Amino acid sequence: MTALEIGVKPALPLHLRVRQPDCLIALILLTWIPLTFYVMFGFYLSDTVRNFVLLPAIPATVALYIVAVVSWRESPVAVIGATLVFFWIFVAVAAPYLPLIDPNKPIAPFAEVGALKKDHWFLLGADFKGRDMLSRDLWGCQRVLVWGITATLVAYAIGAFFGLIAGYLGGWWDQAISLVCNIILSFPVMVLFILILNYLGPSGFNIVIAVTFASAPAIMRIVRGLTLDTKTRDYIFAAQTRGEHPLRIMIFELLPNARGPIIVDACLRLGYTTVAITTLTFLGLGLQPPDPDWGLMIKESAKVAMVWRFSYMLLVPALSVSSLILGFNLLADGLREMSMRD
Amino acid sequence: MLKLLGTRLLQMILIMGIISLILFAIFDSEKFKKQIAVNELGGFAVSALSDQDYQVWLEKKGLNVPFYQRYLNWAGGVARGDFGKSFEKNEPVGSLLAARLLHTGLLAFWVFALMIPLSLTFGIIAGMKEGSAQDRLTSFVAVVTTSLPEIATAIILTVVFALGLHWLPPNAAMVNGWEWQALVLPVLTLVLYDFGYVARMTRASMAEVMHSQYIRTAVLKGLPYRRVILRHALRNALIAPFTIIVLQLNWLLSGVVVVEVFFQYAGFGKLLLDAALYGDIYVIQAATLVAVFVAVLSQIISDVGYTFLNPRIRFA
Repeated sequence: MTALEIGVKPALPLHLRVRQPDCLIALILLTWIPLTFYVMFGFYLSDTVRNFVLLPAIPATVALYIVAVVSWRESPVAVIGATLVFFWIFVAVAAPYLPLIDPNKPIAPFAEVGALKKDHWFLLGADFKGRDMLSRDLWGCQRVLVWGITATLVAYAIGAFFGLIAGYLGGWWDQAISLVCNIILSFPVMVLFILILNYLGPSGFNIVIAVTFASAPAIMRIVRGLTLDTKTRDYIFAAQTRGEHPLRIMIFELLPNARGPIIVDACLRLGYTTVAITTLTFLGLGLQPPDPDWGLMIKESAKVAMVWRFSYMLLVPALSVSSLILGFNLLADGLREMSMRD
Repeated sequence: MLKLLGTRLLQMILIMGIISLILFAIFDSEKFKKQIAVNELGGFAVSALSDQDYQVWLEKKGLNVPFYQRYLNWAGGVARGDFGKSFEKNEPVGSLLAARLLHTGLLAFWVFALMIPLSLTFGIIAGMKEGSAQDRLTSFVAVVTTSLPEIATAIILTVVFALGLHWLPPNAAMVNGWEWQALVLPVLTLVLYDFGYVARMTRASMAEVMHSQYIRTAVLKGLPYRRVILRHALRNALIAPFTIIVLQLNWLLSGVVVVEVFFQYAGFGKLLLDAALYGDIYVIQAATLVAVFVAVLSQIISDVGYTFLNPRIRFA
């Protein structure tokens, strides 16, 4: 008996096996879970666990990047975007193992770019408390990435769920959900953020809630539109005739077939969320000191660094956040271009 | 058309009513009353305050009145044009808000005055020939400028033009009276961010029109290219950008918060943030209602304008 006859798939060569969906999901989880745990619950981990938890994420990130480049090679824009995004993800997972000094340790206040002070070479200078800017900048991407992606994911889960219900079930469900969404969408986003975070208090988890509130209605509209379009297809009728549960149809039949536009929108929305988190932290409503993140660095420096000599304190985090957002936007652009081509 | 307008306006009033009620309920909690007390008297004074004194303070501020009564008083006041009094600045909210809105309105005016011609021109030039060098260049610039968040653009512009070249003042606090130069950087920041988005939308709309049959016919008929673009293509290509530009009002109210806080410009966004951090309920109420009013109004204008401009869409 050959492998095919007993129902076992023939073994694929490694470079093809990696690109199977289940393998990709495993890689993403391998990157994602340690990083999220490290940033959100790092306090509770013992030192030994803390030191090793991010190690498996490094090869996973590299593998994902290679897969991304290979599968999107026809679109240079997408590859550039992926390179920017994966650069920061790599920095986020590798930060504890890079030769960086403690980002919260004050050494030489106002040391300028390239200065050698107290046996430490400040490649990007030091901030007003004497903390190394390079170290703070690289460590800072952890919090921005983790909270940004988590917030987008939660917003997507909730928005897509309600969108599926409104689109597939229609009727009263649709009316009620659309009304609530219209009310939320009539707020300018920043006003909504300020009100919610002021009510809940500034913290990472509350940012997730605020972003969910602000983005879920827009996501719901997109998913609802896609559902309305997809639900008239034959395979949906087939599933209905088979007697599948509506929830099963929504999640396993509708959602996977509407994924193209959703992925493009998710990339754009990741960019918006990153902007929102940085901006909110700058306004004092987001993540709290002392751990570094880009918005906080801008907020702290905006008061003291308004001089040409010290402008690197503002420029470094500003350019970092811009490069990450540029990455997300280019990725979205490239993916959209590719999906239009075929 | 009138019916559509009527329903939308009615919806807006309903939404504003619901929102004001929710906000009032939120800010009526003990936590926020404490926050106002801490901000006014200082944290130490509040912790030393006896329960009785705290009650006296609440009564003096008019915060001990039951929630529904306060809300009704406030709603009645709004109907008469009285928005209450700011706790922080001890001024009537109406005049405070009007002054700040004037500042933000000035900012918004210049943003639109620069952004609309710029983004339309570049969008049209890019969309005229898809895939040409001018298209690639415009698209690239548009992606980059939209990718820079307002806070980053503000920093880069400040560092270059204010700190480096000393051409412009680094902030717009305007302590020594009104200065026009101080307005340049905030306006530029907002224009740069918004330019990319509107230009891309205009480009997409123009490119779509250029593919249509009637443009091909016009070209094949031998009309001069300039005439094809100006008389035939633009009319249809500008419908979509119009709605998008009107909707930018909504976005501007968000963007203005960061820019005003960064440049310390005394406008609407800074007022809202300060009020939210202080717990200044009447200011928050009024500012939120204004924001929602502008946002919903811009949505209505964009919808109505779209049906008005596009003869293919008509409501029965």
